[in-house]
Amino acid sequence: MSRTSNAGRRRIPVVAILSAALLAFVAICAIAQEIIAPNALEQDIYLGVVGGGVEGHLFGTDQLGRDILQLSLAGARSALLGPLVVAAGSMLIGFFLGTYAGYRGGVVDMLAGRYADLLLALPAVLLAIVVAGLVGRGYWVTVAVLIVLFSPSDVRLVRGAVIEQAPRPYIESARVLGIRPSRIMFRHIAPNIVPIVVANLLLNVAFALVALSSLSYLGLGVPPGAPDWGRQLADGRQLLGDNPLAAVVPGVLIILTATAVNLLGDWLSDLLDRRVVAR
Amino acid sequence: MKRLVTGPVPAFVLRRAGATVLLLLALSLLVFALLYLAPGDVARNLLGTRNVTPEALAEIRARHHLDEPFLQQYWRWLTHAVTGDFGTSIRTGRPIGPLMLEKTGITAATAGLAFLLSVLAGIPAGVLTAVRRGRWLDRVLVTASVIGVSAPGFAVGLLLLYVFALGLGWFPIYGTGEGFFDALWHLALPAVALALGLGAFVVKLTRAAVIRELDQDYVTFARGRGLPEAATLRIVLRNAAIPIVTSLGLMVAYLFGGTVLIEVTFALPGLGSLMEESVLFKDIPVVQALTLAVALVVSVAAFLVDLSYLIIDPRVRARTVRR
Repeated sequence: MSRTSNAGRRRIPVVAILSAALLAFVAICAIAQEIIAPNALEQDIYLGVVGGGVEGHLFGTDQLGRDILQLSLAGARSALLGPLVVAAGSMLIGFFLGTYAGYRGGVVDMLAGRYADLLLALPAVLLAIVVAGLVGRGYWVTVAVLIVLFSPSDVRLVRGAVIEQAPRPYIESARVLGIRPSRIMFRHIAPNIVPIVVANLLLNVAFALVALSSLSYLGLGVPPGAPDWGRQLADGRQLLGDNPLAAVVPGVLIILTATAVNLLGDWLSDLLDRRVVAR
Repeated sequence: MKRLVTGPVPAFVLRRAGATVLLLLALSLLVFALLYLAPGDVARNLLGTRNVTPEALAEIRARHHLDEPFLQQYWRWLTHAVTGDFGTSIRTGRPIGPLMLEKTGITAATAGLAFLLSVLAGIPAGVLTAVRRGRWLDRVLVTASVIGVSAPGFAVGLLLLYVFALGLGWFPIYGTGEGFFDALWHLALPAVALALGLGAFVVKLTRAAVIRELDQDYVTFARGRGLPEAATLRIVLRNAAIPIVTSLGLMVAYLFGGTVLIEVTFALPGLGSLMEESVLFKDIPVVQALTLAVALVVSVAAFLVDLSYLIIDPRVRARTVRR
């Protein structure tokens, strides 16, 4: 946007910095789970549920006597890893299929379009619940289901961006020069749609995070007993009277993490968009 | 408006309706194929963990027509489904049609309430942020809407339960209540939890649509001519209406995804809870019926949205008539 001044372009907004800091913290927890939360799964059946602040349990324990703080920190791994794989996987499908469909058109384009129509006519979360529930439980099964369900909108996005690029002079001249279509698609067009792809990737991570934790909440994602925020919320629902923090802590963590990813995604897409316009 | 009833517009409507029916047919095939996606033998699932003789298994197969070829089974299911007969639930042993009907009320009330709340709060807030673009109110509301969009309904629902039902005691924790006002009081928290995400989405979309219109040359011109700001805004809003109405149609799909989680969280015995229980129990006939019902509602909503363009925007009307 030409409206924005040069000074505004340089400064990174506070919200973006805060989001990045929070995500860095979650990422560290995810990577160094064994060091940061070594006793996350240690049960203490005799202790059972206790409220916050009891002898070394800052946020109390759950019904199995597991420490809520450690469990929540350990849940960072399944909260980040799966959504990253979902976003990357569906974008990979979207990138190749969308580029091909957008540039070549024809049968592939038609089939990809109908496939997208079909899947987009049903709410993704609902379909994920149905398919994950019937095909089988398990984290990676759920991740695979979400990749399939997320890909149609990515195909559409990339296809639209490619169709916008295709009639431009630089593509026409490349075609006149006799460059192979595959080279035009992936060496000439691809770099120009990267901003859209990157911005959308982050938004997809946030969406996948919510979807995956929703499925875990319903008992379809991670196996019982695994550290996962959605799972913790499902358990914590029964404990609202005894130790509300068992639900509140993972709930706040899901909301904050998803918000941080979205805020960062919004900021990035604004930034990249501006650069594309400026070019 | 007169042209709406005669001439080429009905042809457009018919074409669009035909496409919707085709889409639904394709979806029904997909939904029916779910039966084959599920691992394990359906007949065995029906009998549970009991010891089964091969004869009993064959008898069950024959009774549920599981021994027929796929397409024949599909055709039988579809022709029955069209008349509202979705078969019997494996889990409860009851016919699915009435089972779904008796649970529709709660879901429709919660979803309707949430829809109303999000539209009534979201559209004015979106217009306000667009008009005050760049000011602090805009920034606060935009950040709040990102939180709203990101926060999963069940997490928000649990927090609301904790604060307003358990902590402050303003609302009941569980149950659906008796009578209109009591029911409203019981459904308030679930509806708010559902509406928060939706409302935030409406704010974002309304803001973007209104800002796009405010940047148009005709607005500069209208202002330059000294048209009152309220009159200008009225033109802007009318032009911004199309993308907003489109998103309202999309929200219907979102509502159905969210309602499962909200009903489970608040232990409401609606269609969402039925879906969760049926999926966990692998009560496939119920899952099929529910999925098809949702597909029907979502497709009809999309169809109505397309029709509403004809009424909202004379340009679209002219284009479809000419074609």
